Parts: sequence; structure tokens; C-alpha cells
Amino acid sequence: MRTVKDILITKTVKGLCLKANIELRKDILLALRQARKREFASTPKYVLGIIIENAYLAKKKRLPICQDTGMVVVYLRLGQEVRIKGDIKKAVEKGVTQAYKQGFFRKSIVSDPLKRKNTGTNLPSIIHTDIVPGNKLDIRVVIKGFGCENASRTKMFRPFDSTDLIEDFIAGTIKEAGSKTCPPVYIGIGIGGTLDKAVGLSKEAVLRPVGRHSRLPHIARLERSILKKVNRLEIGPMGIGGKATAMGVSILTYPTHIAGLPVAVNISCHATRDARRVI
Amino acid sequence: MRKIDLPLDKKIIKSLKIGEWVLLSGRLLTARDAAHKRLVDVLKNGKKLPISIKGEAIYYTGPTPARGKEVIGACGPTTSARMDPFTPALLRHGLIAMIGKGERAKEVAVSIKKYGAVYFVTIGGAGAYLSERVNSSAVVAYSDLETEAIRELIVEDFPAIVAIK
Repeated sequence: MRTVKDILITKTVKGLCLKANIELRKDILLALRQARKREFASTPKYVLGIIIENAYLAKKKRLPICQDTGMVVVYLRLGQEVRIKGDIKKAVEKGVTQAYKQGFFRKSIVSDPLKRKNTGTNLPSIIHTDIVPGNKLDIRVVIKGFGCENASRTKMFRPFDSTDLIEDFIAGTIKEAGSKTCPPVYIGIGIGGTLDKAVGLSKEAVLRPVGRHSRLPHIARLERSILKKVNRLEIGPMGIGGKATAMGVSILTYPTHIAGLPVAVNISCHATRDARRVI
Repeated sequence: MRKIDLPLDKKIIKSLKIGEWVLLSGRLLTARDAAHKRLVDVLKNGKKLPISIKGEAIYYTGPTPARGKEVIGACGPTTSARMDPFTPALLRHGLIAMIGKGERAKEVAVSIKKYGAVYFVTIGGAGAYLSERVNSSAVVAYSDLETEAIRELIVEDFPAIVAIK
């Protein structure tokens, strides 16, 4: 057994929250630069230039990339040979609190979804815990803004519905969302499992570096086909038209029931933010 | 890019072209979901608004807190469509311009045209970049709403595109 102290978890979560909010993911930044290169029209090129400049400016000035510093989602992959000294969830939440205070990040969480009073701390966060082999604790912090979260969708298809129908559903979701989601977006898709499993997969899908495809050939084909279809919509950055509506599509799948085919679409804005550390 | 002073007058709005880039300078009021709900509730009850919106421009944003001597934190636009249920009432009471991101409902577009107002979009997710265009910020109403309070911003060369007029 290896012991991990709660203060180390707090320190790590705090560091990850600060990093994720201030430093844009390298793969996302690269995808934005490539999108700018591919764009010929002056207006989308100009907007992509500002989005890239914004990322550099945020890092230089230690300012958040976006004022929507999100709801914090934490993925804990806890090795079964690790013993935690202290309360693991309290340690995580303490890290979030400290980061949002020190980083001057926005507190965007209301305590009751209907009464809507701000908690003032950006707590609670959402914590997913998985027990895995080994003696490490893998911590991943995702910052999710709600401009794009609000546009995400799920649909329960019939078992033998064609992939064309799935593609149309996804392209339709992106079209309906327009520029509310801050394109170019990264589209995470979960297919299979139960309703909640499909949604979970769609969330984890955008943790994969943008541009990398599924190892399953039929899924990789589907990813490419959806990306093409979505970019034909020409919503473009800021909704002003252009080639870059999406910078990537990532699909994760899971076995499902003979009677079902759940599909979830998670739209992630051009400020797709997360940071990870293994302790 | 054409430079435009705020508050706007209707003659200037008439001369704007859809899709045109402008650089806005002058006074903006910030308001997002919670402030809109309160403003419209006040109007419904026939009471007086805490600030005058006549001839004013509202920027849909909820900034991050300012650090030390800085004026404001990151302050990009939020999704305008969430303000759609409240917008026609504010236009009726003299609001003349809005800045946000994304499409508006049909009835809001109709209202904007009816009152000779204008809707601009600016760059979503460019919170750090846009903060450099803000010269001052002061809370003028609903301070208990914190990030959602109504602020008066003085902006300089704030980039936006004319989307609906």
C-alpha cells in the first residue's frame, strides 16, 4: 500500500484548475493555428487570429482564457493499492476553492437549480471516481463552460438505424446551435451503453488530443465523415461563415443492449480546457 | 474598421451595414441572465428601473473579478439567446443596442428592427483579449449579483460586427 496525503491532492487539484483555466491545451492551440492556415477568407482568418492571440495573452498575463471559468469536473482514477490519508472529496474541493480564489476566476455555480443562488465559491464540482489497478492517483480537471454545454444533446436511436441518421442528428445539433457554442468546436460523441454511459463517453471523448482518430476503423471513418459534414455547414468562427466550424470529432463507444443505440453529442468550445497529473 | 461612439444615436444606427466590423468606444452597461430577470420584473410591476436604459447599449457578459489595480478580469460575451425572453421589454423602454454572441430569436430580430435598435456580436471566448479594451468598470446596480451585477464599462475600440438592425 502507498499512502497519498489529502494535502497533496489539494495542491495538485489547485494547480490543475489554475493551469486549465489559463493555459490553452497545446493540441487545441495547434488545431486553431491549422484552421487559421486553411482559411482563405479574411474575416474568419482575422477572428481565428484573435482567438489565438487571446490564448497567448491569457498565458502571459495569467488571466483566464474565457470569463466562463466553468463548472469543474474532476476525474479521479484511484489505484487500488493507494491509501488516502484524509477525506479525498474534501481535498479535491479545497483545491478547487483555493484555485478559484487565487486565480480570480468567476464563481458560476448556483446551489439550487431552481432557486438559483450563487454559492460564491464555484463549488460544488462534479467528481467521478474510478478504481483501477496500481498505486497511483490520476487526476484530471475539466473546466466546462455553459455556452457550449447548453447545446449538447442525446438521442436514443433504434438498434438498426443507419449511421447516416446518426450523422444527420449530430450535424443537425451543430447547425441548431449556430455560433452560440463558440466555434470552431471539438465534438465529443458517445455511442452505446445506457443513456448516462453514452453521455459520459461523449464527455471523455474530448479529452483525446484533437486530430487523433479512433483505433476502430469503422469509427475513425465515421469521425472523418461527421467532421466533413459539420464543416460543410460553414458556420465558422463567431458564426460569420468559414471553413472551421469544428476542429475535430472524437467518438468513444461501449457495448449496449439489443434494443438500443444511445448517442450523445457533447459540444466543446474553442477554449476546450483540461489538465492532468498523475501522483 | 469604422470607429463608433457610444451612446449611439439612431442616425448612426441607420448608417450601419449588416456584417460590418466596428470599433465601439464609450459607455456600455453589462447585464446577463439574473439582471435581465430583475429588470423585466421591475418593469412588469410598473416600478422604476435602478438605472436608465434609454439610449444605452447592454453588453452580455459576466466578467471574472479584477486583480489588484486591474480594471476588470476576462470579459468575453455570453450567449445572447438566453436574454431573448427579456429583450423586447427592454427595447420598448429605450434600450438601443446589445452586444453578445450567437443568433437571436425571430421575434427579437423583429423587435430590434421595430425600435431602430442594433445587435452586435463580438468574439466569444476571447475574454482575455477583450479585457484590454475596457478602460473602467463600476457596479451601478444589483451588486449582490456579483459577476451578474450591472456594471458601467467605458470601452475603447471594442471590436464587434453588426448582426441585426
